[in-house]
Amino acid sequence: MSASKLIVDKALRASISLGSSKIPSELAKSSAAFLSSGATKATLPDLPYDYDALEPVISSETMTLHHTKHHNTYVSNLNAGMEKLDAAITAGDVSGIIALQGALKFNGGGHLNHTLFWENLAPTGKSSRPSGHLEACIINCFGSVDAMKSELSAKSIAIQGSGWGWLGYNTATGRMEVATCANQDPLQATTGLVPLLGIDVWEHAYYVDYRNVRPDYVKAVWDIVNWDVVAERLAAVKK
Amino acid sequence: MKLSFTVSTALIGSAAAWSSMSMKSDIPSSAATSRREIFQKGAAAVFGLATAANAQSARAYDLPDLPYAFEALEPYIDAPTMKIHHDKHHATYVANLNKATEGKEAKPILDLMEDAIAAGPAVRNNGGGHYNHAFFWEELAPADQAAKTKPSEQLLSLINKSFGSLDEMKAQFEARAAPGALFGSGWVWICVNQAGDALKLVGTPNQDNPLMKGAADEIMFPILGLDVWEHAYYLKYQNRRPEYVSNFWNLVNWDKVSQNCAYVIEKHAGVPF
Repeated sequence: MSASKLIVDKALRASISLGSSKIPSELAKSSAAFLSSGATKATLPDLPYDYDALEPVISSETMTLHHTKHHNTYVSNLNAGMEKLDAAITAGDVSGIIALQGALKFNGGGHLNHTLFWENLAPTGKSSRPSGHLEACIINCFGSVDAMKSELSAKSIAIQGSGWGWLGYNTATGRMEVATCANQDPLQATTGLVPLLGIDVWEHAYYVDYRNVRPDYVKAVWDIVNWDVVAERLAAVKK
Repeated sequence: MKLSFTVSTALIGSAAAWSSMSMKSDIPSSAATSRREIFQKGAAAVFGLATAANAQSARAYDLPDLPYAFEALEPYIDAPTMKIHHDKHHATYVANLNKATEGKEAKPILDLMEDAIAAGPAVRNNGGGHYNHAFFWEELAPADQAAKTKPSEQLLSLINKSFGSLDEMKAQFEARAAPGALFGSGWVWICVNQAGDALKLVGTPNQDNPLMKGAADEIMFPILGLDVWEHAYYLKYQNRRPEYVSNFWNLVNWDKVSQNCAYVIEKHAGVPF
């Protein structure tokens, strides 16, 4: 998409949304249809491994439910929400746009978070510890890899109700930080930190395998972290 | 959402302790007292409280016994869920609440509710968790018993006034409890309002409840509540929360809900434990 076309699209969308009297209604309607048709639908990504690949840390049963039910529902609901958002924008319905924000955050966040999560997990032994630049950064920011794991574990376990624990990158300070978010609030949109490694601590992530014992789950997850992906994410952010 | 590290280590410690305790599922309900003693001694061991001899004052919060067997609410709530929900989740809230209030003036759990949010995360989450679950167990009954109960005239009149009909109240309750409406963990409540003249439908996150100042538009008095944390339904229903919610009505003891209603209106206070 050329830069000039992008600028025109934004101006067109803005003027339609504000109900500009300068655009004839037929043109506004056809423009709206044009803008809507380009909307990208979210899709459920395939797992980078089989459903049983993360056993015994996370069972095949959990992975199947988590991916095909929970994540899939976020994707469906996100698409439904985006269609409604498009319609509201087209109609210039500011109240309608605002009313959709909760559902977009829940479902959009759910989709983003789970996509990141599947990628930062791998079968045991595939990517066993941080190395090179990633390891150096972790040591620089936390003192040691164990200290970082300890902090991320403790804060993830301590989340009340549903949420996520994250290792994130602060682009302003150039340092890594541990952060937590409630529900499906996405890390970057909520805190500005770039997600490097996420741990889902919603009960659905561990209840089948660990029941109420979230600490055992969080401890075990360290065996299936894909440090190569974490390193790639760090490299991408520092570019 | 920041919790102090000491609270989080207490949670880690307590969770680890509970996982190592083996709770036999065939303990008959007549041995409920001894099971309760096991919990209390277990809590004392974990948190280094004084020995049972002098620690079991009336001041410590206790895990109440269920008024029925674990399997009594089948098939709508499964026995394994009831066992873990009561013996692990609720028990952990009680243990952590005792830890959080150690050395402080003893207060009935109801009295902790109004200022629970201001009291900080340990009291808010564990005090709320204890109250909410104690309240919840009492309003449920085995399906065949529940079927014989119905709202009192007083309650029905308030339901009709506030919602139009019992069916309409149930429909609104189910909508409020839906995954898209109450996101993440929380509870849905029917409450009597401050003025004592209407019922309100309220959702609260995590372990908050409408007795807490700041949780809702005004302090309100729950007469019926439903836990929609995933632990309340995951083993049987997985992600199918709407099915769990619609099955909930089979277990509601409307006589108890009616008693709750009469009590909170007369006393202008929440149901005590």
